Amino acid sequence: MSDLDRLSLHVPEPAVRPGGQPDFSNVKIPKAGSVPRPEVDVAPEEMRDLAYSIIRVLNRDGEAVGPWAGLLSDDELLAGLKHMMTLRAFDARMVMAQRQGKTSFYMQHLGEEAVSCAFRKALVKGDMNFPTYRQAGLLIADGYPMVEMMNQIFSNESDPLRGRQLPIMYSSKEHGFFTISGNLATQYVQAVGWAMASAIKRDTKIAAAWIGDGSTAESDFHSALVFASTYKAPVILNIVNNQWAISTFQGIARGGSGTFAARGLGFGIPALRVDGNDYLAVYAVAKWAAERARRNLGPTLIEYVTYRVGAHSTSDDPSAYRPKTESEAWPLGDPVLRLKKHLILRGAWSEERHTQAEAEIVDAVIQAQKQAEGHGTLHAGGKPSVRDIFEGVYAEMPPHIRRQRQKAGY
Amino acid sequence: MARMTMIEAVRSAMDVSMQRDDNVVVFGEDVGYFGGVFRCTQGLQAKYGKTRCFDAPISESGIVGTAIGMAAYGLKPCVEIQFADYMYPAYDQITQEAARIRYRSNGDFTCPIVLRMPTGGGIFGGQTHSQSPEALFTHVCGLKVVVPSNPYDAKGLLIASIEDPDPVMFLEPKRLYNGPFDGHHDRPVIPWSKHDLGEVPEGHYTIPIGKAEIRRQGSAVTVVAYGTMVHVALAAAEETGIDAEVIDLRSLLPLDLDTIVKSVEKTGRCVVVHEATLTSGFGGEVASLVQEHCFYHLEAPVVRVAGWDTPYPHAQEWDYFPGPARVGRALVEVMEA
Repeated sequence: MSDLDRLSLHVPEPAVRPGGQPDFSNVKIPKAGSVPRPEVDVAPEEMRDLAYSIIRVLNRDGEAVGPWAGLLSDDELLAGLKHMMTLRAFDARMVMAQRQGKTSFYMQHLGEEAVSCAFRKALVKGDMNFPTYRQAGLLIADGYPMVEMMNQIFSNESDPLRGRQLPIMYSSKEHGFFTISGNLATQYVQAVGWAMASAIKRDTKIAAAWIGDGSTAESDFHSALVFASTYKAPVILNIVNNQWAISTFQGIARGGSGTFAARGLGFGIPALRVDGNDYLAVYAVAKWAAERARRNLGPTLIEYVTYRVGAHSTSDDPSAYRPKTESEAWPLGDPVLRLKKHLILRGAWSEERHTQAEAEIVDAVIQAQKQAEGHGTLHAGGKPSVRDIFEGVYAEMPPHIRRQRQKAGY
Repeated sequence: MARMTMIEAVRSAMDVSMQRDDNVVVFGEDVGYFGGVFRCTQGLQAKYGKTRCFDAPISESGIVGTAIGMAAYGLKPCVEIQFADYMYPAYDQITQEAARIRYRSNGDFTCPIVLRMPTGGGIFGGQTHSQSPEALFTHVCGLKVVVPSNPYDAKGLLIASIEDPDPVMFLEPKRLYNGPFDGHHDRPVIPWSKHDLGEVPEGHYTIPIGKAEIRRQGSAVTVVAYGTMVHVALAAAEETGIDAEVIDLRSLLPLDLDTIVKSVEKTGRCVVVHEATLTSGFGGEVASLVQEHCFYHLEAPVVRVAGWDTPYPHAQEWDYFPGPARVGRALVEVMEA
């Protein structure tokens, strides 16, 4: 035997567990405005640093600073603020509705509202998102009716998906929102295929893929990067790093890689990290990536550094695996409050108007909920037909399914 | 009318489809410049350009995943999985994505893709180039599963698959690519050029998915088979002198139950044959349907002949492959029962 020690297995652990003091000292936060903005046609190898920093626009005082600032008007920012506030109010009502037994399940966005709301505004009509379960802001910011979302959540008689899908697994081609699977990572490579198709057809549309930090460990994530890299697909590859994959901290999926964004570098894909709680930064980076894609320069990987303030889903209790006060210690703050502060500083907003807007938004959400509940909730009122189980498996119902439908009495 | 091998027939189907519809694209491992390891896509890149026929990275989940995305956009991808044995990395994309997209989105999105894959044994391919995974597809609602047994059907069924609005698993029995192999591995195979079913129209035609074909009329026993086993069953009938009616299913899902039921009601006996392993194989489904629908016509238990419940061996290929002797013994058994 040599004098080497025996081997031991390394299993990463988060900095703190329940009962401990929240600690984000390992999250290095660069100053707002400090990260350069390269031209979109710069070679990927000349912007590798962007995969290890964090692009930020809003500083601690609420000012928009640096080379990524200055893209949005007062009206656009106000609309963005209202989208985020709407998503938050919508989530709060739907979490409550789940507790009241009106639906079986819900997933909220608390703390992550800026990511999907701002991103949507960087796309145009006809572009296609391949979302996960935590990007409803894509729909809200595109004007998809809340009542339709609720009809789906309640699986009622007006559910556009006829009761077939778990709540919040929306689908809307018209709003550039691909049907959510509930599987993880499968949609990532599909987005690349959609983008390849757009290029094959010499179209101008682009695709956006979405994934969480945990699911980047799936092989489909890596397949997507290979295909996107090989065919220079016009796709934006989004990673929402909200620090937690249910109870598993992001270090389990990230492993020895410095950042999730850095995964793109080996594929020659420009990779940027952005402050996911900064509406202006998210928009600026998404816009930059969209321009690259549309100019046929290929894919961009974006890691949104954010924090999942709420539970993973209504079936989850985060106090079992992380300190209860961890979200308060999160160094990138609250996306709604940060944009509000910025708008007030710009002179485009005020505390009074904010309070009033909040009340109006809650009222609109309640009105939509009343309307949706008029069509039924999971266990009460109107519901999809049993026939809907059998329809739509194929374009044309084959004989064996017809026989089974008849057996079921329909 | 031209004479074609099954390879040429499959190629012709893609050629005709690409000619008729700009939205048809073909890709997979080695399929672009080289034309595929079995040469099924030879010449397509030269004819249609490399954005409609191209090489893909060795990533089956990536190939199928991107095809699904392309279909969502509006294309009609016809992709090649180099061997059916290689489809497993794509199984998640096939079963939980391709098969479900129409249903889960209530028709908002659809998935008209075709996955072509060489299937079955008989080429000394060992355990990773000989498998017959059709039952892993027939168990999945939302998929269609097609297995042709000759060039004429292969072309008509492949065009129908490409034009189908839903995902189709198109399994090509690779031992049939060059001729109607009947399991007599010690004899030369007649080439398709000397077989009636090697006569293939050069233009467009389709064979409907879900319709079986009776390859041999008979009155003593019904043999339900597909792919290579159709030819094995025909040989077994000739060699035993038993007047078997041989049904070539062609489509496993949807299944042409009417043709099976009509035949078994006539013969009162049934043998089901496939290369895939026995337990939970598609033969179990056929046998179950036959007893459900034909119980009072049956004069003997339904017998299955299938691959043994072991991995596909290399050196012992002909002891594994259900050849005419084994099928013949089953015919005798069911007649004597």
